[in-house]
Amino acid sequence: MDALSSLGGNRPRLSPRARTWLLLSPALAVIVVLFLGGVFFGIIQSLNYLPLIGQYDLNLDAYAQMLADPAFGPSLILSVWIAFAATFLSAVLAIAASLFLRQTSVGRRLGTYLFQLNLAIPHIVGAVAMLLLLSQSGLISRLTHAVGLTPDTSSFPAIVNDRWGVAIIAEYVWKEVPFIGVVVLAALAGGTRDYEDLARTLGAGWRQRFRHVILPFIAPGVLSTSIIVFAFSFAAYEVPFLLGQPYPATLSVLAYLSYTNVDLNARSEAQAINVVIALIVIVLTVVYLRLSNRYVRTER
Amino acid sequence: MSADSLALVARKADRPRRRLRDGLGFGTLMLALALPLVPVAVWSISATWFFPDVVPTRFSTRSWEYVLSPDAKVIPAFLTSLTIALAVSVIAGLIGLSAGRALGLHSFRGKRIVYFLVLAPEIVPPLTVAMGNQVAFIKLGLADTILGVILVQLVPTIPYVTLVMSAVYSNYDLNYEDQARVLGASPLRAFFHVTLPAVFPGLVVAALFAFLIAWSEYIMTLLIGGGVVKTLPLLLFSFATSDLSIASALCLLCILPAIVILVLSSRYLSGGRANIGGFGRL
Repeated sequence: MDALSSLGGNRPRLSPRARTWLLLSPALAVIVVLFLGGVFFGIIQSLNYLPLIGQYDLNLDAYAQMLADPAFGPSLILSVWIAFAATFLSAVLAIAASLFLRQTSVGRRLGTYLFQLNLAIPHIVGAVAMLLLLSQSGLISRLTHAVGLTPDTSSFPAIVNDRWGVAIIAEYVWKEVPFIGVVVLAALAGGTRDYEDLARTLGAGWRQRFRHVILPFIAPGVLSTSIIVFAFSFAAYEVPFLLGQPYPATLSVLAYLSYTNVDLNARSEAQAINVVIALIVIVLTVVYLRLSNRYVRTER
Repeated sequence: MSADSLALVARKADRPRRRLRDGLGFGTLMLALALPLVPVAVWSISATWFFPDVVPTRFSTRSWEYVLSPDAKVIPAFLTSLTIALAVSVIAGLIGLSAGRALGLHSFRGKRIVYFLVLAPEIVPPLTVAMGNQVAFIKLGLADTILGVILVQLVPTIPYVTLVMSAVYSNYDLNYEDQARVLGASPLRAFFHVTLPAVFPGLVVAALFAFLIAWSEYIMTLLIGGGVVKTLPLLLFSFATSDLSIASALCLLCILPAIVILVLSSRYLSGGRANIGGFGRL
């Protein structure tokens, strides 16, 4: 009885709902103040609200300026291309690698370990690594020279600082295959084997087993991770800065360069580019979720 | 003979070829994952390494001597990085533990909106957040300070820890805590002795990954820290365009915590826990 009465306590107790919001409040405070606040200030600055230089009227000049900038179009195309290519290649290679690794328990364990190590390496380290590996005087170029394939540096294809962003995509794929792979491997560890064997005894071929057994298991994980990969590779700054061309640069590099421009008016343009980047990522995420939700639902 | 055992016989028959194929596949994968780090390691100990030499003609400890010398700014940068990342992982860990409990265990009105708010910072780029905050941070005197950098780094890390912890909590049976309460434990005691041990592995992994996010962060640190708060990635970035040997040594120094953390957390990561898949609820 004593124990039960202590449940009631003597102090006035918070309602369960109040306790839930109390638990949430520190996280929500940070998100509302620092995240929503940051986004809000970014938006009003993109509308030319710049108290620092006595500019208080809201207008769309920065957006007009951005659209008139000849660098904007090519930068937008380059960013979209890099993000789509990196996300698609990472997802496909991660699924392939995971299906391969799960065949043996040694492979599964060692693969998970290697994936995790790779996952934890900073992107900037990956960028330097790609520079030393893929440039025209990089390690691969030296190896192809050693076996007589390329007589000099200029005969090796320029894939660093090139117009297609090959080295940038390579860096993202190298880093993101492990990220998606860890999640896929974990999903595959959840007992797909029994279902696959069942499908096999019912005469399902490899393609059918993949489409109707494996894919539904791994789809949620691949879906959520590929959204993160897309959002990241669309807007990351340091990798395209180190491995990309000066012109056209990605939208993120363009935004940063405008922001650090000595002309303070360029700051509004930088914020406008930022708003466009965020909008594209959000819209594409919503579209992607809609499409994939439909797919996942009919599948189950 | 059932179809199952037929398949087994067929699988046994082509075992040698299978083994070769598996070996090749595994080798390729290992090479693809490890190869990019090989030139980094070699550059960090090379004195002269001109094209087309596959191996440096002269080795030297110059870049490591520079990195470890007290005159260089590397050791302070390492300590700054460590301070920021540790603070971020502890603060994000505690706040995420609390919010994750609410989201994982309770259903309440407005939960969808809270989820949306927690997920949004994972999608909206850090560049947008940092640039938007910069003016306000300058006004508040937080720009160019370690505190400011720590604060802005909470934006990507708190949602991450919250999502992981809400996934962990949704697999937790609250009855354990209630039983401890019935047996006379105070709410705090029940939490520390019953609930915390149960969710601890997830918390460790989430906090370690928050550490890594903060440790690797470049653009937010640059914008809010204003180049005054010099972390290891900032130093690495400046050497990446000037001295590749020193940049390579700094790269290896940057990877160091990754290895330490992997060793620390491997105990908690085994067993196929999809801790980074907290996003599955989107």
